[in-house]
Amino acid sequence: MSGGFAEFVRRARARGSLVVQPRMGFGETHAMRDGLAATKAANATTVGTLTLDSYTRVGDFEAAREALDRGNALNGYPIVTHGAQVTRELLDGIRAPGFPVQVRHGSARPVPIFRSLIESGIEATEGGPVSYCLPYGRVPLAESVSNWVRCSQLLAGLRDEGLEPHLETFGGCMMGQLCPPSQLVAISVLEALFFCRYGVRSVSVSYAQQTDPAQDVEAVFALRRLCSELLSGISWHVVIYTYMGVYPKTAHGAYALLAGAAELAAWTGSERLIVKTIAEAHRIPTVAENVTALEYAGVVSAASNRLPAPDGDTQTYLEARALIEAVLNLDANVGRGLLRAFRHGYLDIPYCLHPDNQGRTRSYIDESGRLAWAEIGNLPIGHLVEPAGAGALTSTGLLAALSHVQRKFDGDPGAVRGRLGVQPHISLS
Amino acid sequence: MNPSTVRDLPGSGRVAVVTSVASDAHTWNLVFLQLLLEELGFEVVNLGACVPERLVVEECLANRPDIVVVSSVNGHGHQDGLRLIEHVRAVGELADLPVVIGGKLGVAGVEDGHAAELLAAGFTMVVEDGAGTAPLTEFLESLPQRALR
Repeated sequence: MSGGFAEFVRRARARGSLVVQPRMGFGETHAMRDGLAATKAANATTVGTLTLDSYTRVGDFEAAREALDRGNALNGYPIVTHGAQVTRELLDGIRAPGFPVQVRHGSARPVPIFRSLIESGIEATEGGPVSYCLPYGRVPLAESVSNWVRCSQLLAGLRDEGLEPHLETFGGCMMGQLCPPSQLVAISVLEALFFCRYGVRSVSVSYAQQTDPAQDVEAVFALRRLCSELLSGISWHVVIYTYMGVYPKTAHGAYALLAGAAELAAWTGSERLIVKTIAEAHRIPTVAENVTALEYAGVVSAASNRLPAPDGDTQTYLEARALIEAVLNLDANVGRGLLRAFRHGYLDIPYCLHPDNQGRTRSYIDESGRLAWAEIGNLPIGHLVEPAGAGALTSTGLLAALSHVQRKFDGDPGAVRGRLGVQPHISLS
Repeated sequence: MNPSTVRDLPGSGRVAVVTSVASDAHTWNLVFLQLLLEELGFEVVNLGACVPERLVVEECLANRPDIVVVSSVNGHGHQDGLRLIEHVRAVGELADLPVVIGGKLGVAGVEDGHAAELLAAGFTMVVEDGAGTAPLTEFLESLPQRALR
């Protein structure tokens, strides 16, 4: 079988290179093509991204059509509205075995998106029944699960055409910030098991950088161990997301946080990294800003060495395993297991207001800067965790917690120079 | 906290509905308001993101809140807010319910006329972006005491 996206990542890994990838999407095909070409030409091991626009994400294809007709800027590539023929032409001469392209979308109703990307000859995308539903909007979880069953099956069908379809979980991101790592790890693994249940044989599992580097390292090693234990016979790799919460406003802060994500990937032997740029706190980045971020992340990761995996069971591993086992024990079918788990509160995302989330858990950033549980509701980790109590986070404390990372990185101009002794722009030469 | 301070909190024993508008998927603003209102003694019903107008009306009729706090940060709060208040005020039982809206209500920051238009349409108070929490907490303190139930 032709490996495509996953095969490219596997080969980069064998050479010791971290694959770096932007989030990038434009409404007009010529801008999208320029962005892909610049990503391909960047001095780093890159893969391309088609990030879709928000009308397409929510299924409002008429609004996307109207924006295209009127020449209004869209915040991403409207793959369904452009159609497969246009997308094939867009990728012609750009996409190659040495430059695979992935579609990133964010939809809880993604069937039309999957049909369009498959028809366009693209075999790699991402998301998940939980991670693209609960944090956004009000699509019922049961509907999202059945949509994602269909999408996993549609994508898996590409195996009949000699392709190796690849699906990445978005579960390592839930809410972007303030979800304790063990639950991020658990949902990422559970979404991977879900994809595999419906025929996908090549997956990546995500983890989004949080507040504390040591805790993140522990979490990614827990994720790797759980994948080795549970994804037998499946080809898998780990993708790190650079911080998804409130981002530093300064250039030095933005680069230092990106460098932290690149180091996290290198230290844990993760295979792929999604970058963020200096524009993150302000606007949609330019192509040039993305290229700078890709190249800087590549340089930082190449200069960082892999750490040994921890001996024995870490706290994050034990919590994540308890969550996963509780869900798998609820039902032989992981999709139904996920639905029942949220109903029982065996999974419960802190501060997530979706009607299908119990909302009985709370988290906080402890005095050492690590994410911790304030309340665990009905999570099956009572034997492992001593929750701090509801008063651990006040309204003022929430605002401080949401901007904790931004303040830490904006306030420390030495953070970039402290790494490698280089400034980011040097990597452009 | 001793019992007398609990009773003195402006919200003690009262119910607040916190909600976004129909097109807004942001929720951290709503979580913040929930914590703030809980600290003031309110029991909070948080409706979350992308709330259709009819659901706000249904929840108000079901929970009989003392106040509704609408928050929006995606720039559509002005347009969506006008539609929302029209639905709420169309229901006789909700004609006098205090309904406050705040956040980033327009796409171009604080704009002339938005607040006046929202007030004229039936909102009790409009809190523009950057005003902080003082206007809301002062308003909550000025609410008439609720009869015992």
